[in-house]
Amino acid sequence: MSEVFDVLIDQPFFEGMTEEQVQAVAETARLVTFEEGAVMFVEGGPARRTYLILDGDVALSLRTQEHGAKTIQTLHRGDFVGWSWMYPPYRWSFDANVRSEVTALQFDGPLLKKASLADPELGYELLRRFTEVIVTRMQALRIQLLDVYSTFR
Amino acid sequence: MKESLVIDREGVDALISALADRGYEVVGPTVRGQTILYDTITSTDDLPVGLRDRQEAGTYRLEERGDDALFGYVVGPQSFRKFTTPPGTVFWKGLRTDGGFETVAPEEPPRYAFFGARPCEVAALKVQDNVYGAVGDPVYARRRNQSFVVAVNCTEPAPTCFCDSMGTGPGVSDGYDLALTEVIDGDTHYILAEAGSDEGEAVLASLTARSPADEELVAAHRMVVRSAEHMGRFLDTDGLKEVLQDNLENPYWDEIAKRCLSCTNCTLVCPTCFCSSVEDHLSLDGSEAERVRTWDSCFTLDFSYVNGGPVRPSPGPRYRQWLTHKLASWQDQFGEIGCVGCGRCITWCPVGIDITKEAAQIRERDVRRVVVGTPSVKEAAE
Amino acid sequence: MSPVPCRVLSVEQELQDTYTLEIEPPRDDWSFLPGQYTMLYAFGIGEIPISISGDPDDSTKIVQTIRAVGAVSDALVALQPGDSIGVRGPFGTAWGTKAAEGRDVLIVAGGVGLAPLRPVVYDVLNHRARYENVTLMYGARSPADLLFASQISEWRGRFDLEVLVTVDHGDDAWRGPVGVVTSLIGRSSFDGDTAMAFVCGPEVMMRFTIQALERGGLTDDRLYVSMERNMKCGVGLCGHCQLGRFFLCKDGPVMTCAQMAGSCWIREV
Repeated sequence: MSEVFDVLIDQPFFEGMTEEQVQAVAETARLVTFEEGAVMFVEGGPARRTYLILDGDVALSLRTQEHGAKTIQTLHRGDFVGWSWMYPPYRWSFDANVRSEVTALQFDGPLLKKASLADPELGYELLRRFTEVIVTRMQALRIQLLDVYSTFR
Repeated sequence: MKESLVIDREGVDALISALADRGYEVVGPTVRGQTILYDTITSTDDLPVGLRDRQEAGTYRLEERGDDALFGYVVGPQSFRKFTTPPGTVFWKGLRTDGGFETVAPEEPPRYAFFGARPCEVAALKVQDNVYGAVGDPVYARRRNQSFVVAVNCTEPAPTCFCDSMGTGPGVSDGYDLALTEVIDGDTHYILAEAGSDEGEAVLASLTARSPADEELVAAHRMVVRSAEHMGRFLDTDGLKEVLQDNLENPYWDEIAKRCLSCTNCTLVCPTCFCSSVEDHLSLDGSEAERVRTWDSCFTLDFSYVNGGPVRPSPGPRYRQWLTHKLASWQDQFGEIGCVGCGRCITWCPVGIDITKEAAQIRERDVRRVVVGTPSVKEAAE
Repeated sequence: MSPVPCRVLSVEQELQDTYTLEIEPPRDDWSFLPGQYTMLYAFGIGEIPISISGDPDDSTKIVQTIRAVGAVSDALVALQPGDSIGVRGPFGTAWGTKAAEGRDVLIVAGGVGLAPLRPVVYDVLNHRARYENVTLMYGARSPADLLFASQISEWRGRFDLEVLVTVDHGDDAWRGPVGVVTSLIGRSSFDGDTAMAFVCGPEVMMRFTIQALERGGLTDDRLYVSMERNMKCGVGLCGHCQLGRFFLCKDGPVMTCAQMAGSCWIREV
């Protein structure tokens, strides 16, 4: 437990939260590793957890009819993987595969929610940080959508 | 100050001939299709004698004055930049060779005498001297450096004139070889001529002229001063650069856009606009290439085209570009304001957009005041 | 003002529509600063501005990477070694490699924007000891659109240069990062208080990259961008390249964000 706490308290994501709050989060988490090529989760699978990558690379992809599996984004150290645990129907909306060996913190979704309900301030702090990450990622995705490098003729 | 002399209409004819004899192509105001344009003139018969121009926003009409004034009008849609940087100038010519290509020396342009240049024109020439001088443009230099300027002081400004606000008129102070002031009042009709350069003095000395009487000098001077007091329009240049540069996001630009047609008239008639484009020509057999300079305008969509689209697709930003360049950025670029107050853009705008009014509007709706929360001058006065 | 005929030494295809020409300089004392461009003239067709993409320490040739997007560029990339090309220049301002001495250097390129930045990479590597940590961050549309791919591999092999590459769309073989180039910034460690960044790419990519770098601590005066506008003369005569009060042909195209001071990013300025 305390090993998880030590890792969490150092993460920039949790900066500004109290030790008690970080402890409450640490109790929902454990250290996990994935070997290269492993499947983290698949599209449509039950979404009960989220991962904070400590090391390694994860590729998010979608299976398409015409082009097979298309990688839409890669995530790296410091990135959270997966938001679908927060909202019904609690199903993953893409595949996540491990590119190079990954060490991560795995958080139990329902437990995190329970802790947030018990301590609404903790819930707010978590949600505020999650939404900031989601917004930043959305901005980046928008630029990806613009296809800015293509030629106009 | 050099001595003034008095000449009459015959003297003006002699002046035009003297300039032609000295090898100048004399270009000046002449009537073409109900407007006063600049073209080659050979005598005072070519001038718009006895004509006046009625100008207002979006309006230009010529009418009879009922006298024989040689210079009883102001400026038409053309300026002398028609001759200093003529559209369609071949500024580079090349011939293909075995090793590549070689440059062909350009033809020598004529030496021009700019006859009848109003003080705003003379000021515009100086403004363009700074623009093209900064670059060292040979096209402009060849045509301008050998030119002779016969200025004409204004005694009857048009309602669209605002040279007084810009410090460019209604009388010339320098930049001319000869300056003429025409006094016409009942039976009295004479022209005061003053030299502004050594060559001007030499030309004047070759004419039949007499010394002016004191009253004649005073009358001429008074007419110019009075016209300064009767300007139809006024442009407040105080702090104008900062006002415009700090109001680039003022919603008023889009208000103007509702009227502006992006027709480019204002840039075509403006004596200081210098934006140009290049056309490339290749002979059919591929042996001869020419690069031709044409006039361009920041109001066209093509003007700001880069990488698949124009940078300024909307008319509001295009009007903003023109106005802020002319009145603000020009000062950063060339150390002076680009507008000489000739009023042509007001007259020749088909919808009558008035540069003096629009600049005043931006000042009135200065967004900085709104943001800081201080009342506008109007509110404070009430 | 006249184009000088110069001999084309070689033409290499880089990508489907992008070629690099090596041109014999027009004069013995030819030199250029990283960031400068020339006006290249295709006889009888026209003239366009092209950034110099070569090594500033090598004055034996002018290296220009051209994307074929119109009549003039099509004509230029169709030239053969031995053909003549008209050259004027070099024109424009330089990347602040002098000002970056003693600091971490971040070179952030998007798409074809790597071409005007390559001289910076050369310059920095030629004088490596003068700089602290040097990072190249490069984003392209897809793996097939990576410019100078083999050279990037070479640079990757060095121990004194960090190379991070990402693509907007991967392909089946691509094992590298997928995502916008701004996502690479968080993955590099640099001293935000002193580092200097040189950014070049599509304008929207530069806007967001600057925001991300500012979040990382960089200030206006340490952020260099290369702005692009329609250029016809290269000398401040034709008026097309104006951005606010600047003539990009001579006051740019490389500018600091401090010079741009907010007003240059305004809608349709």
